[in-house]
Amino acid sequence: MNSRDDGIGIVKAQRARFDAPFPLASGGSLPGFELVYETYGKLNAAGNNAILVCHALSGHHHVAGYYADDPKSVGWWDNMIGPGRAIDTDRFFVVGLNNLGGCHGSTGPASIDPATGKPWGADFPVVTVTDWVNSQALLADHLGISQWAATVGGSLGGMQAMQWTMQFPERVRHALVIAAAPNLTAENIAFNEVARQAILTDPEYKAGRRPTIGLRLARMLGHITYLSDDQMAEKFGRKRRPGSGSYGFGVEFEIESYLNYQGDKFAEWFDADTYLRMTKALDYFDPAAETGGDLQAALARAKAKFLVVSFSTDWRFSPERSREIVDALVHNGQDVAYAEIKSVHGHDSFLMQDAHYHAIVRAYLDGVTL
Amino acid sequence: MTDAELAHVALGRADFDVIAGWVQPGERVLDLGCGDGAMLKGLIQTRGVLGWGVELDDAKVLAAIRNGVNVIQGDLEGGLADFEDGAFHHVILSLTLQAMRHTETIINEMLRVGREAVVSFPNFGYWKHRQAILNGHMPVSESLPHQWYNTPNVRFFTIADFDAFCAQRGILVRERKVFDDGREITEEHNFLGSIGVYRLGRRRNP
Repeated sequence: MNSRDDGIGIVKAQRARFDAPFPLASGGSLPGFELVYETYGKLNAAGNNAILVCHALSGHHHVAGYYADDPKSVGWWDNMIGPGRAIDTDRFFVVGLNNLGGCHGSTGPASIDPATGKPWGADFPVVTVTDWVNSQALLADHLGISQWAATVGGSLGGMQAMQWTMQFPERVRHALVIAAAPNLTAENIAFNEVARQAILTDPEYKAGRRPTIGLRLARMLGHITYLSDDQMAEKFGRKRRPGSGSYGFGVEFEIESYLNYQGDKFAEWFDADTYLRMTKALDYFDPAAETGGDLQAALARAKAKFLVVSFSTDWRFSPERSREIVDALVHNGQDVAYAEIKSVHGHDSFLMQDAHYHAIVRAYLDGVTL
Repeated sequence: MTDAELAHVALGRADFDVIAGWVQPGERVLDLGCGDGAMLKGLIQTRGVLGWGVELDDAKVLAAIRNGVNVIQGDLEGGLADFEDGAFHHVILSLTLQAMRHTETIINEMLRVGREAVVSFPNFGYWKHRQAILNGHMPVSESLPHQWYNTPNVRFFTIADFDAFCAQRGILVRERKVFDDGREITEEHNFLGSIGVYRLGRRRNP
């Protein structure tokens, strides 16, 4: 099943356990943890062809391929990764993981707190991008990877890919920072706060149960911000559902139907405490804060070369925010290539199949020496 | 191919050699409208400069990334606001000025972000171009390869015009080389030269 058209084919998740206490940016610590991850391709003899794929808010370790028992379980970035694809598993050893605090198998709010014997739930500590990068470094050690050929990610994943270059400059040769930003704008934090309030004020959440309504609202709001106005106009416009026009408050417009469906689907499987923590990690991310707000100084530590990619209709992580990263790197005399991809899909563009976008990533990675 | 690309072919190595002679190893160079990055790559390889390019066209950005060049996708007509004052030793605009609307803005911006600007352009005063006009037709030549109806050029000026432009605006012409068919022209520049290559600076007290 490993033909080129089929992508990487059947994959299996693996687990790694880290027993040492793990200090966190919040000042707390975890008494050891587990990460669930997948790998595609082979680590070469020199150990220098590994690529780390970092996930965004609702992503996870299942990046490419599918599981043997479920052919429909295709990874979230399967169009990007596989034999002969932009991130070519014939050449690179690709690692994807579920971040600490996640809800797809890595230690998180749903895991058992060894101190109480019960799930952590709301007591699971807040984790940050720097915590994630520290945990990913432990995973790299576990896999025998002393230096990544590249760290790659979109959105919150792009922030991790960038953070790697500052936190472990010697351990990254290239960073592919896609649809990301050097920090969140006030508007972005505002969206996250509304999403969090939807969850935190859900009576079910307060009662220690699953806040389906809150999660649903959080996702509906988030989903609007990941799309573009043009795309929504084209896909839904003012189209109505059959039988609408009742002058009531049922689902009448197609966009309402779509958002409700997305919210319902998400609320079924995503963990509210994970959602709260992922948005908080986004809000806190600000590498320039350590250098008095000076992004240039923060990035000056990096030894990696960069590919920065943005999308024309992405208003949540706009091209201008990517340019801030690019300009800081140029100012420092660092190597960076930047492409602004014309796309109608808003922030979600980074996940979409797009020949030019994928050609850019492929061309950049072709230049990575092994 | 665009005018600039065709003209680059016509010009051969003359343009590149002149520019290569004006940059020093270790200098920071910004190439505006860098295309596939071939010139920048050449300057990096033969002169040891640190180079970045700006290019708007998707296909050329891709080609420049394939060439391993630091290309930044962006529109020069919007100026160079993203770059800081004096960030580069040399800012190059090779055979592109005639295709830009905001002529004065880009020259000022080049001299803001760079200590020196290097500008090359086709000379509309070249004798073959004058001859074409006298014969009643817009010029088409190696340095102006397009027809009037499909040319990307929007500014039509001569070496004499550009000299006057610089003089009026306190722009110092540190060096000027003029070529025709790859050979340097040493006299009657505005008549015998098809391409001018300028090294510009800012007068201290304009």
